[in-house]
This record gives sequence, structure tokens and C-alpha cells, in this order.
Amino acid sequence: MTKKKGFLEFVSENRFIHILLSILLGFLVGAIFLAVMGLSVGEAYGRLISSVTSLKGFSYVVVYAIPYIVVGLSVAFSFKTGVFNIGAEGQFVVGSMAAAVVGILGAALPKPLLIPLCFLASMAAGAIWGIIVGFLKTKWGINEVLSMIMFNWVAFYLSNFIAGIPAIHSDGTAEATKNISANASTLLSKDFINSLGLCPTANWGILVAIAATVLVWFVIEKTTLGYELKAVGANKFAAEYGGINVNRSILTALAISGALAGLGGALQLMGMGSRISIFSSQEGFGFAGIVVALIGCSNPFGVLIAGVFYGALMYGGSKLNLVGAPTQLINVIVGTVVFFIAISVIFENLKRIRSRANRNAEARAIKKADEQKEEKK
Amino acid sequence: MTNFVNNLGIILYATLIYTTPLLYAALGSCFSEVSGVVNIGIEGMMTAGAFTGTVVAYFTGNPWIGFICGGLAGAFFGMLHAIATVNLGADQTIAGTAINMLGPGIVIMIAKVMFNSTDTIPLEASMKIPRLFRGVFDTTTVFGRFMDNVFANYASTYLVFIAVAIVWFVFYKTRFGLRLRACGEHPQACETLGIDVIKMRFACVCISGFLAGLGGACVTMAISTQFRPISIVGQGFIAIAAVIFGKFRPHGALLGCLLFGFCSGLKVVLGGSSGINMQLISMIPYVVTVIVLILFVGKSRVPSANGKPFVKAK
Repeated sequence: MTKKKGFLEFVSENRFIHILLSILLGFLVGAIFLAVMGLSVGEAYGRLISSVTSLKGFSYVVVYAIPYIVVGLSVAFSFKTGVFNIGAEGQFVVGSMAAAVVGILGAALPKPLLIPLCFLASMAAGAIWGIIVGFLKTKWGINEVLSMIMFNWVAFYLSNFIAGIPAIHSDGTAEATKNISANASTLLSKDFINSLGLCPTANWGILVAIAATVLVWFVIEKTTLGYELKAVGANKFAAEYGGINVNRSILTALAISGALAGLGGALQLMGMGSRISIFSSQEGFGFAGIVVALIGCSNPFGVLIAGVFYGALMYGGSKLNLVGAPTQLINVIVGTVVFFIAISVIFENLKRIRSRANRNAEARAIKKADEQKEEKK
Repeated sequence: MTNFVNNLGIILYATLIYTTPLLYAALGSCFSEVSGVVNIGIEGMMTAGAFTGTVVAYFTGNPWIGFICGGLAGAFFGMLHAIATVNLGADQTIAGTAINMLGPGIVIMIAKVMFNSTDTIPLEASMKIPRLFRGVFDTTTVFGRFMDNVFANYASTYLVFIAVAIVWFVFYKTRFGLRLRACGEHPQACETLGIDVIKMRFACVCISGFLAGLGGACVTMAISTQFRPISIVGQGFIAIAAVIFGKFRPHGALLGCLLFGFCSGLKVVLGGSSGINMQLISMIPYVVTVIVLILFVGKSRVPSANGKPFVKAK
């Protein structure tokens, strides 16, 4: 029985429209805050749009987006496989530090060798960070959310510790590591950047991010491994009954998710940061990754778009103070967007309730028809 | 010997001071999680409480009004979380993430507008939560100095231990507590017995926000004197970890918070005297928590219905 869908049904079923509506509502709430603070909404949002739509601005957006996309993929992958990778922050940090160590100590190596080495080191570090948590879970049953929160901080202090080691620490007065070798940098050539008028940190990391997106999609949707991991995520008892080794799947999922977050750290370092500072608090890339994964509906291509969107908000937001608006407005907007995405499930619940009502109505109709038949007899 | 007693006093003092905000937040987390609602928005609720507490105390001059208002600010964000997750059936992790962005986002923005800076103006001593036992002990004796060190804490510290006892009593000795725990284990069964699961969970998430708000207010009104964007960095998540550590029981969470507080206290003493790298010492609380879990605590059983939205049968 096919029926032409009404507008309301179309809206209630389409996830993409929920996200768009949430984004609109987020900006609406942001506008209300601006108005309450007595600031011009048009001026602030105008600034936001104009700062990301020029070629130079957009190149900044893309550069900002690279780590968000890859960490977003890491979290999205974990969502798909039934673990909540709140530990992406720590994996990002160790990945970034591993790439820095290789990028500083391996300065003598040629570019085609050093860059892949940095990527590998970061992915290995992130994967190890994920596997430790997975091992604690599968071997001793330690709740992964707890151990991830702990390991986020261990990673944070470990990174600060390594940054303080004389061979790694900056020779100058900066509380940071040395700059990584130019051979480990993913920056585009100066001439190319100048001739196009891109931002000074324009780099080809975005290509890696896109490749990672396609690869994650392929693994999740087209391989046996992806199928097994998803099955464990959906129902681990059913998966076990179906002959899947659940513990191994959890470890694999966390390793892949960790490797992605670690790669995000390397891309951020090699394209944008070029050194790691000694921080006093976490930078929050892991939490940004969670938000990006949520906005992107845990779909790899969705995450790609959401990462660019988030990058645009972060870069555009940093320009808000030029018109006197607080940059924190962006966090309020993003928070509101995520909030509405969270409650958009109400549409699906409505659908469920309505379909139950329909079923009841059908059942009643059949019963009535039966009764009428009885009467005829 | 005198030196040792002195150091011991300082460690105990530091343990208590670090434990206090975590414990408020952990008690809050207990309410929410045990009733069946995952609340990772604790961090955002603490930040809201931390800001509101100092600002109200600054303008009224009364620390207690500030402290309560800090709790109410947390409860407001708790209510937002409750509306989304309990009434509208939203994914609890997503809603919590939203709260973690909204709470700090909104209060830091307000700080910027009110004070033209992301930091608030520091509180004067009279506007801070008072120290109860200042000058009670005779500091000329070794024992007196030890006691003076330990009890140099703020009133909020003593209150939180009373709060643990109250929460324990509510959870295990009252009808409300029994219902609360039942809602987190088997909400459908509760409903058939005539318990309004939606109302119960709504109340618990709001209480959770209130306690988290108090925890945040302790940080800015007792430990420090002003709100800064880095006042609350991760304490909310540590509190959640302490609750999982304590197997979702208030007295377990107390142990978790004390362990964490003790390691942080140790860090303060060790960091000053020994030659060990500060960054490595800072890792101790996190590593010890995991090791203690492996050796002594083991598996933490999550309440059965935790994280699952409850849809009323029609």
C-alpha cells in the first residue's frame, strides 16, 4: 500500500531536514541573545557570513575543518560500532604528540618518507590509546566512559611532559615543542598560496580528510569487518550468537576510532600548528568531534559537511569580536543546534505513536467487518 | 616528625578541598543516572553554577544566597536536559553534549557583556563561603597546628559530607529513593505500579543539576575567588567517573571522590618538595583511579534502564 506522503510526514521523516531546522533554530536563538544584549543581529551575522565566503576566508574554514572532520569520523565510527568514544580528545593529543616527536627527531629524512611516518606514528599512538581502554573493558570490565575520561587527562599531561623533554622542547623561551621539520609539513608552497590568495596555513590535509571519509564509509558499509562491528554495536548478544567474536570487535572498533582521532591530531599539527604548546587545559578537539559526528548523523559524508560547517562557525566566530559581539555566541549557537538535533527524535516518536494508532484503527476495522459477516450469517 | 604531621595535615586539607566540588557533582550525577538518565551535561551545569554563584554573591554580598543561586542555575540547565530527555525522549548523550556547550557558552557570554571580560571581579573575603573553624585551634602545639591545617576548609566542605549522608538516606531508606532506583531498573514495572516515571526522572535530573551547580559554585566561591572560563575544566567528567567507580551508589561515589581528592592533594605536597616532574605527578590521580578499579573494584553494574528513553504506554 503506497500513499503519497504529506508535507508534514516528509518533514517528520527526513533526517536532513531535522538538521537544517535545528541549524536555523540555533541561529534564531543566537539572534535572540544578540538582540537582548543590544547588538545588531544583521551586523554580527553579516560579519559571520562575509568572513567565511571570501576565497581567503573559505581557505581558513577548510584548514580549520580538517581536524574536526577526521575526529568527527573517529566519533561517528565509534557511534556506529556501539561505543561512545568520549576519549577522542586523548587520542587526538597523543597522535599529535607522536607526529611532533617524529617530525622533530626525523628532520633528516626526506619529505616523501617523513610525512607518511608522521601519519603512521600518530595513528599508532591513537590506536594504542583506544586499545588500552578496550583492553580494560574486555579484560576487567572497566566502564569505557570512565577510563576514556581518565586517559584523556593522562594523554594531556603526557603531552605536556614530552614537550618539556630537552630534545623536544623549544630552544627559545616559548613553552612549547620545537617546530616540526619543514619536511613533515603539509603546507602548500608559498608561491601557490600567494598566487591564489589563500590563507598562509593552507595545506593539503583536506585531501587526507576526504580520503579518510571515503575509506570509513567503505569499511562501514561495504566490508565484512564493518558489518561485524555494526552488528556488535546493534546487539552484542545477537552478534555473539551469530558467531562474531565480540571482544575482538570492540578492540578493533576502538583501535580504528583511536587511529582516526590520532590522525586528526597529526593533520592539525602538520598543517596548522607546526608545534605543540604546553597547555593549561584541554583544547577540546575531541568534544568538537562529538558535536561534528552528531550534526553529521554519524554518516561519514555527513561528517565531512558538518566538519566544514563547524570549521566555518569557529573561524567566522573568531571574527565576531570585530563587531563587538562575544565570540562565545558561537558556542551558544552550536549548543542550541545540538540540543534541537537531540529533540528532533520526537518526530520519529510521533510517527511511531501514529503508526500504532493506525494499526489499532485497522484492527478495529477488521474486527468490525468480521462482526458484520457474523451478523449476515 | 613535626614536619610529617604538618605535611599530613596539609595533604588532608588539600584532599578535602579537591573532593568537595567533585562530591557535590557526583551526588548530582547519582540522582540522574540511578533514575535512568545519563547526564554528561554535569560539566556544563557546574560551569553555570560557578558563574552564577560568584556573580550573585558579588552583587548581594551574601555568599549563601550566591551558593543557592549557583545551585538553581545548575538546576535550570538540569531542567533543559530533563525536558529534552525525559519529556521528549531525546538521546541522552546528545542532549548532555548540548548542555556542555550551552552552559559555558551562555555564562561566558554574559560575563563578557557584564564585566567586559570573561573573568568576573574577584570576591572579597566576606563574600566567599566562610571558613568555619578559623582560629579555633591552638597553633602553638603540633597537634593544634595539624587540626588547624585540616579544618581550614570552607563550610561547603562540611556541608557536602552531610549531603552524602542525606542522599544515602533518601536513596535507601525512603519511599522516594526506592521508587527512584526502581525507575532506573525497570520503568515499565514502575508504571504498572502507578509510579509516574516521567515525573520521577524529571525531578531527579533537576536535583542533579542543582547539586552540580552547587559543586561549581564551591570552585569559584571557596577554592578560588572569581569565575574564569577555566574554572571548571573536566571536574564534571571526573565526577561522572567517580560515580561509575562507586558503582552508582552515593557512598561509593564518596570513596571515588576521596580517592581522587587524596591523589590531587598528594600532588600538591609532592610537587613542592620532590624533584619529580610536575606533569608526571599530575597524572597520578587518573592512573591510580584506573589501577584501583582493576585491583579492587572491578565491574560497575550500570542501572538496567540507564540511557533508555521511557515512552509511556498508551
